Formats: sequence, structure tokens, C-alpha cells
Amino acid sequence: MASLDELRSTLAADAAEIIGRYPQPRSALMPLLHLVQAEVGYVPEDGIRYVAEQLGLSEAYVAAVSSFYTMYKRGPVGEYHVGVCTNSLCAVMGGDAIFADLLEHLGVGNDETTPDGKVSLEHLECNAACDYAPVVMVNWEFFDNMTPQSARDLVDGLRTGAEVTPTRGAPRLCTWKQASRILAGFPDGQAAGGHTAGDPSLAGLRKAKEQGWTPDPPDSANGSNGGPR
Amino acid sequence: MTTILTPALTAYWDQPDSFTMEGYRRDGGYRALPKALAMSPDEVIATVKESVLRGRGGAGFPTGVKWGFLPKGDSKPHYLVVNADESEPGACKDIPTMMNNPQVLIEGIVIASYAIRANTAFIYVRGEVLQVVRRLQYAVAQAREAGFVGSNILGSGFDLDIIVHTGAGAYICGEETALLDSLEGKRGQPRLKPPFPAASGVYACPTNVNNVESIASVPWIIENGASDFASLGTEKSKGFGIFSLSGHVTTSGQYEAPLGTTLRELLGLAGGIRAGHRLKFWTPGGSSTPLFTEKQLDVPLDYESVAAAGSMLGTRSVQLFDETTCVVRVVLRWAEFYEHESCGKCTPCREGSYWVVQLLDDLEHGRGSEADLDKLLDICTNITGRAFCALGDSIEPSVKSSIAFFRDEYLEHLRNGGCPFDPAASTLFTLESAR
Repeated sequence: MASLDELRSTLAADAAEIIGRYPQPRSALMPLLHLVQAEVGYVPEDGIRYVAEQLGLSEAYVAAVSSFYTMYKRGPVGEYHVGVCTNSLCAVMGGDAIFADLLEHLGVGNDETTPDGKVSLEHLECNAACDYAPVVMVNWEFFDNMTPQSARDLVDGLRTGAEVTPTRGAPRLCTWKQASRILAGFPDGQAAGGHTAGDPSLAGLRKAKEQGWTPDPPDSANGSNGGPR
Repeated sequence: MTTILTPALTAYWDQPDSFTMEGYRRDGGYRALPKALAMSPDEVIATVKESVLRGRGGAGFPTGVKWGFLPKGDSKPHYLVVNADESEPGACKDIPTMMNNPQVLIEGIVIASYAIRANTAFIYVRGEVLQVVRRLQYAVAQAREAGFVGSNILGSGFDLDIIVHTGAGAYICGEETALLDSLEGKRGQPRLKPPFPAASGVYACPTNVNNVESIASVPWIIENGASDFASLGTEKSKGFGIFSLSGHVTTSGQYEAPLGTTLRELLGLAGGIRAGHRLKFWTPGGSSTPLFTEKQLDVPLDYESVAAAGSMLGTRSVQLFDETTCVVRVVLRWAEFYEHESCGKCTPCREGSYWVVQLLDDLEHGRGSEADLDKLLDICTNITGRAFCALGDSIEPSVKSSIAFFRDEYLEHLRNGGCPFDPAASTLFTLESAR
């Protein structure tokens, strides 16, 4: 784990860039916490001290904010953090079965990490992909329409170092720390890669194209098929 | 056949480069921006008012009217904040919009910022969607390179900076004042209103907060005209909106249609409920809206008709459940969500959600008694209207409507000593074949 001095020397340039983005420095608090996670993997006490020092805030204040948000972890998680949506819709469509199966398969509890440090498991609330239910996330990338078997294959792949590709996401799956760095506002150049819209995202558009439907009124002069998107 | 679907925001999602500047411009993007910049800011506001675009984040407040609330000629900086914290169970329209066409949002942001005289705009995007965060960062960088963001945009003298700000997992930050606190580096807890953000928002400056889909609809309105937009939809609910169908439906997904379209029409296009099953209950607008059943299949999905039928249009998040589904299980899980996401600021929501979960959990597992149903309703009555913000008010609707429609199913749990449903029958895979 990085000490306070190490954080000071490693993160100086990045922290200055983050603070410089905002009209007022305190707005940098959340991205700075993401940055600490990118370095350490979670937010340790020295991370709290570091952020407090950068922004001229008390440690108690930063700790209070950090502990409010579930994405900031207080201890190490796996290199690949696996989240299974068990909110109502995903749960009913199969998320409960997938989560129960992964608990048994990995031999860990909720919010625990495998002994090799590769995979941690957590049940999640809704991640805005209900049309792809049941949904599993790995380091906040989408794995859509999962089954217990495909989820098991996924975590086995993560543990053995096999190439794992999100259903809709970057072609190369990031580690937990790399993902945290993107959330802190430092892109990894993978925005343009990977798959875009899956079948559910295109369901209505395909139907409309079959029928020749557009939003233009019948007497529309411009005749575009939708105008600017 | 009459037109049921009207793809506008979703029109080009099938193009492999739909998320890039090149793809967006090829398909007509950034034609609205020069038109808007040639108008005065007040003319832009008037056009959006005339279109009767209503907030697509759920509340349905007229967007142009909201813009008009910001002061004019004051000395403070103004801010535009885009609420991209889509997290309500069932809501899944803004995430694919930003994934597949972030530039339409950026163009909308530039136009909206010009209208409200803001030189800084924030996109507050939830953190749990990495590729969407990447796409937004990429889109802002591409727009800056192309001269649509930055100083003296298209020679108009208008300057704008856009900052992509990622959240860290708190549903409450979708509440606009909690979002502003979060953006200021605080715990995301709602503020007392008034003052409203238009007077005192981020950094105590005039601020306008809009949903992603609201802002993304603005370029279409500017390009095609307010009257074309207002010609779609119903008398008071104008224009198109994305309807998100999920759950036990043959073809789940995004269906962009005029407001006032019925679920029967949408289901007709989506292949109906999954084969061999029938609709049991659904949400018209996400987990915070009262349940509907088969009886409401022909209710026009606009603000007024859905409200008259006893629910809310919300975010048009249509979650469909068939007869294999235990309604108590579904409602319990939503209650657990609200309990988990309650920010803790006010007692009715913090404590009430906790009690609702305990009672529902007992009922789902066949414990308790019929009197617990009344206790549950009583607690809900004491949360709604007494909570600090709308999160607390979101607990009651599914509880109350599920008891109204399915009281006997609750009681069956008590008679049965547990849930009478087989969860394996509800999954979208067969457990045997999946193993």
C-alpha cells in the first residue's frame, strides 16, 4: 500500500490536473478519490489524508464523503470486481440464480475476494441495462443476458487470465485500478473500440425501418429520416 | 398502418460509428447549432417553450419554462448541469443514448448553455458504466477539436467548457439538489427548496439541471421546428420519447414513439409477452410508479392519461412481469433498493424504508399476519409527503398498488407458510440447460 509520501509524489501531476478542471477546487473531491483508488485499489486512511491535504479540507470531512458512496472501497477488492444485479427485474429474470451460483462456485461471500486476489463478488442495484437482463458487471463493463453457466465461465476466465471481452464495452477489459483511473477523468483510448448497440438498443429502430416510420410529419418538406439525431 | 414509432434520438444507433463526430455529422448532426447561435438566447428559449418539450427525467416539467427561470443580466456565472445519473430500477434509456450517440447530447448542451447564458456545463454521469464514461470523454474531446466546444464557438463569441463528472454509486444523486451537493464535493443529500437551482444551484449560482433525453431532444427541435415536435404526441404531452421495455417480453429494448402510445401498441411491435405466458403486472415509469395490470394496456402513455389511470409516466421505464412472478418478491426488492439508497437525511425515509423492508420480508417468507398489510400501508402513508425528497415518496407506490391488485397473493404467502412461486419458472433461461 502506498504511503502518504508516495501518494504525494506519484499523484502530484494528476491531482493538479483534476483540481484545475473545476471552477472550485472542492468539486475535485470525487475524482480525486477515484484517483486514489486507481493507485491503491481502494481508499485507505492515507488516501483520505492525501485528498484532504490537496483540497484544504479536514480528514473527517473527506472520510464522511468517501463513505457515503458505495463505489469507494475501504479495503482491497479483486483485480476484477464482479457485480451481479439483483434488483427486482434482473433478480426475477435470473440474477438471483446467477448470484447464488457464483457465491458457491467462487466459495466467497458477498463483498469478498477469492484467495488469489483475482475476483471479488458483490450484488448490485440497477445498472440501467434492464433490457439486457440478467446483467453482470465486471469493473463496470456490461456483460449482458447472462446465465449461471456463462457467469461461471466468465469468472473462471478472469481467474485463469483468459481473454475476456464485455458484451458492450471496451475490447480489452480493464483491471479495477485501470477502470478507476478512467473514472478519475483519464481516458485509456478505448472509447472508440468494442461493440456499440446490442439487439435491445436497436429493437424499436429495426421495427420502424421495416415499416418506414419516421418522426417527420406527413407534409414535412425536409424529408429527412429523423433530422439530427 | 399508422406510424407508431418515431426514431429521432435512436435513428442512427445501428451505424457502427454512431458515437463518433464523423458518424454524427454524416447523419445530419451539428446542423442545429449554427441555427441556434444565429438566434438570440431568448429566441432559443421561446422555441423550446413552443415545442412543449417536458422534462424527460420523470417529472415532466416544461423544459423551456425551466430555462426561463434563470435570471437575466445578473453578474453571477450560470451553469448547465446534465443529470446523467440514470439509476431508477427499470430506467435504461439515457445510458444507451450516451453510449450510441453522445454527440447529440453535446450539441444539445451547447445550445442549452447558450440559451441560459452558461459558459460551463457539467455532465454528471453515474460511475458504474465505464464505456459510457469513455464515450462522453471522447465526445467532449472531439467536439472541442471540431470547434463546437471551447472559445468563440463557430465565430459567435460564445464560450463553453464541458466537464464530464463521474459519480460513485448513489441513486440519490439523481435528485437534482443532491446532485448539486455531490458535484460540489459533498455527500449527496438533497437541499431544502426554495431556493431552487435556477436562483441558487451549483456554487450558489443560477443553475439549470436537465435530464439527458431532454437536452438530447433540443437539436431536433431547433432543426425541425417546434411545431413539428409539437405535432407529435397528445394535447398536453408533446413530442417523442424513448420507451424502454424490459422483462418477460419477447423483444425487450428501446422503442422511441410519440407520447400517448399505448402498451398494447408497443407490445404488438415487441412480439408480446414471452411465448406461453401472459402479462401479470407492469410499471409504466419505473419502480417508483404504481403498478398496472392487463387492464391498463390501452391507457395512452402520456403524463395526463397515466396519472388519470392511477400511476405516473415517469421515465417510460416499462418493466413487464408474467404470471410466474411473485409480486411480493418484486416489491420487496424495490423496497430494499430504496432502503439501501436512502441518504439518511430525513427520518421518514431512513426509518420508514427499513420498516417496510422488514414487513415485506416477513410476508414474502410466510411470516406475520394479515394485520401486517395494514401496518405496511400505514407506514407508507407516513412516509409519503413527509420525506425530504422524492426518494421517500417512491417507496409507497409499488407497495400500495400491489396490495390493491394482489392482496390475496400476499395472503397466500401466509397460508402457504412461504412464497408459493417457483423462482426458476420466472428466469429467462432454464436452469437445467444453463448448467
